[in-house]
Amino acid sequence: MDNVKIMTGNEAAAVGVKLVAPHVIAAYPITPQTKLAEMLAEYVENGVLASEYVRVESEHSSLTVCIAASAVGARVFTATSSNGLLYMHEQLHWAAGSRVPVVMCCVNRGVGAPWSIFNDQQDSFSQRDTGWIQLYCRNNQEIIDTVIQAYRIAEQVYVPVMVCYDGFILSHTKMPVAIPAEEEVSRYLPPLTPVRPLVPEDPITINPVFFPWRRDNAEGVSCDGYMDMRLKLAKAINDARETIREADREFGECFNRTYGGLVWDYRNDDAAITLVSMGSLASEATVAVDMLREKGVPAGVVALRSYRPFPKDELRALLGGKSAIIVFEKCMSYGNGGGFSSEIKTALYGMPDVPPCHNVIAGLGGRNVTPSEIADAVMSARGAIDDGHFEETYWLGCDTD
Amino acid sequence: MTQDTNLFGICTPAPGEAGNTGDWRDRRPVIDHTKCIPSVKEKEACFLCWLYCPEGIIGMSFPVTIDLDYCKGCGICAEECPPNAITMVNEVSDNG
Repeated sequence: MDNVKIMTGNEAAAVGVKLVAPHVIAAYPITPQTKLAEMLAEYVENGVLASEYVRVESEHSSLTVCIAASAVGARVFTATSSNGLLYMHEQLHWAAGSRVPVVMCCVNRGVGAPWSIFNDQQDSFSQRDTGWIQLYCRNNQEIIDTVIQAYRIAEQVYVPVMVCYDGFILSHTKMPVAIPAEEEVSRYLPPLTPVRPLVPEDPITINPVFFPWRRDNAEGVSCDGYMDMRLKLAKAINDARETIREADREFGECFNRTYGGLVWDYRNDDAAITLVSMGSLASEATVAVDMLREKGVPAGVVALRSYRPFPKDELRALLGGKSAIIVFEKCMSYGNGGGFSSEIKTALYGMPDVPPCHNVIAGLGGRNVTPSEIADAVMSARGAIDDGHFEETYWLGCDTD
Repeated sequence: MTQDTNLFGICTPAPGEAGNTGDWRDRRPVIDHTKCIPSVKEKEACFLCWLYCPEGIIGMSFPVTIDLDYCKGCGICAEECPPNAITMVNEVSDNG
């Protein structure tokens, strides 16, 4: 019998972290940090979690502590949001380049300016190219389960994993969550095996200056240059696709819950119009799809769970042959267009009969998005597509004249 | 498949791990062993050059030696030497 509790997304993440029992947790406690870091501090204070909790002076330092602790072979955790994540930016690259299996929760919030503490996905989207795996959750059950899966993935491919979930919509909203048993989690997640930990018996310098060319080390062994190391990172994150699928499959065998690996879909098989989204907005789109189906519109949903690595093969299989694709996204690439709709189009490049793709920028800075608004946007985009418009961008519920 | 242990940038503490850094140098330290305290006394004394050298390439020996394969020519040893026994000289003479 599952131990089901009503909890917020932050509580679900904290309980997930407690179950994997990191050796070191580092966090900066001030806004935009969330209750998640506070709960973990309480666990440590109350003695129910034996982690070393390092309260640092900035998000840049919290990730630095995690990188350093991971380098000596510790399992680590940190969490942040919005501008805190932006402040970590440099260390995100260092973590990925150092191939440390750090796991971090990003509670998605809008970024300043102007100041916002409310939800969108601009924060993690803007860290897309740092070499991290990014997984997006649709509900609180998926948060606790994805935190556990994230360690399994990170510690197999030695690439850091960011578990992203929507601020307030999930982080502060209570839902029933089944808590996995501790022994089951230990069975699913073996202890971390560091590749080459920093220990006194094997003194090494990590990440000295690397030159463009290969070099012979003091023993005369030919070593990689900078570009070779970067190719290894690129291959590792590409190969992580299968690791993510497998981590989810085996999670299902242990806990009877799976999330589709890299993507999930809803009523998409016989859909002519597919709504594509990520995180809680994709959950909301399923409600809109039910409303559209009642009106006789054959709609479905495809959602990205893994944004990096990008699920190109899955998207081609799920979106090929549709009559229209409408992307709903909470992030922007300023000067180009919607955050990931451009990548959806790229994924479909070269397929026969590529469907028209319209995209809707929605919910920036926490602006409310209702299922009926999503359904209306789909109807209006369908009208434009019928009129021959192949690509269009809309800003939902937003008009500045 | 065996795990690749070279996933991130690693070097070990050994001479030459960063390459032949001596060729970065444009000025070379030259020791006047008649002024150098440990060289004259032939016992462990002073060695401030050894202490301050950021490259760790000054030998605690009699006379004191500098490994020019790795000396970058920063001049800290000359700056710190109490009897001014070390002079920095141009690698290339002024007239070419």
